[in-house]
Amino acid sequence: MKLSTIFKNGIIFENPIFVQLIGMCSVLAITNSVKNSIGMGAAVVSVLVMSNIVISIMRKVIPSKIRIPIFIVVIATFVTMVEMFMKAYAQPLYLSLGIFIPLIVVNCLILARAESFASKNGVFYSAMDGLAMGLGYSAALLILGSLREILGAGSFYGISLFGESFQPAAVFVAPPGAFILLGILIALFNKFIKQRAAN
Amino acid sequence: MSLFSIMISTILVNNYVFARFLGICPFLGVSNKMETATGMGIAVTFVTTLASVITYTIQKTILDTLGLQYLQTIVFILVIASLVQFVELALKKMSPTLYSAMGVYLPLITTNCIVLGVAILNIQQELNLIQTATSAIGASLGFFLALVLIASLREKMDIADIPEALVGFPITLIAAGLMSIAFAGFAGLV
Repeated sequence: MKLSTIFKNGIIFENPIFVQLIGMCSVLAITNSVKNSIGMGAAVVSVLVMSNIVISIMRKVIPSKIRIPIFIVVIATFVTMVEMFMKAYAQPLYLSLGIFIPLIVVNCLILARAESFASKNGVFYSAMDGLAMGLGYSAALLILGSLREILGAGSFYGISLFGESFQPAAVFVAPPGAFILLGILIALFNKFIKQRAAN
Repeated sequence: MSLFSIMISTILVNNYVFARFLGICPFLGVSNKMETATGMGIAVTFVTTLASVITYTIQKTILDTLGLQYLQTIVFILVIASLVQFVELALKKMSPTLYSAMGVYLPLITTNCIVLGVAILNIQQELNLIQTATSAIGASLGFFLALVLIASLREKMDIADIPEALVGFPITLIAAGLMSIAFAGFAGLV
């Protein structure tokens, strides 16, 4: 197995959001600004890397019949740690992400990587797989977050881009805009990248 | 808040799928047929209501009295996972017909964020036991409504001529977006 394939798969060919379509709830909910997208991306990357490492270390002692509850407890532990860390050092981010921080536990992406990769591979590759998938997830969050903030609020990372006279289309920061923009992005991804990969 | 306004608020105004983005995975995953959508809807209603009441009791009697609030996430997800397992076993024994109707959807519910989301939000909003149960029923009925609406749309879209890149999830997401605009019309109702 090569590291470059792991990263290519995680970020492009098996991108969790555009290709595998998992972990959608937080994607739609917190991409209303670039700041939130970066914060959520960082939280998911750290939980994913740490849970992949621990599960990979324990993969030989976990009985296969009760592996799912064990995975969930490991993931929940790291989510709680990230949540407490954010509460202490990044209070504004903690408040704006709100309910979606504890909900990282039920983000199918993390459980899916534990089940399909970390429980079968060594520690180093599992950590790298977590990093690659997390980066793919964060990249998608960032693309959607920037588009929504630019179109819906006329700003990027809180900095106004077009001056006072610009009238932003507020629907893009509201829930409907999230669904529609993500639909268009996945269609574009299908059109250009999937077809190229098939060729 | 009266029980009736909690119900209206969770089903329509703050619909968990269209306004709060919880339960999107099953919403996209099992909404291609009306039959599967109904099965999933029933299973979610059942588990969410039970889970909310149980987690509420645990939060008030154990976590709050011992000052262990920081364990909330871990305890709640364990309760939900074991509850789902338990419901599956009980149904298999007591009502095989109902079990075969919703059997395949039950294990999926553990990772449905609506169950954990409703449980945590109810605690955050400081509702009492009856309000918690009402809001859980409302939330899952709202999810049911969203699922049935989108499933009936997707059955029609199967026979429509859609550009190749949009077939499947993209067109479903765009349809959900338009539906979400319609649901925004309920804002201010409560």
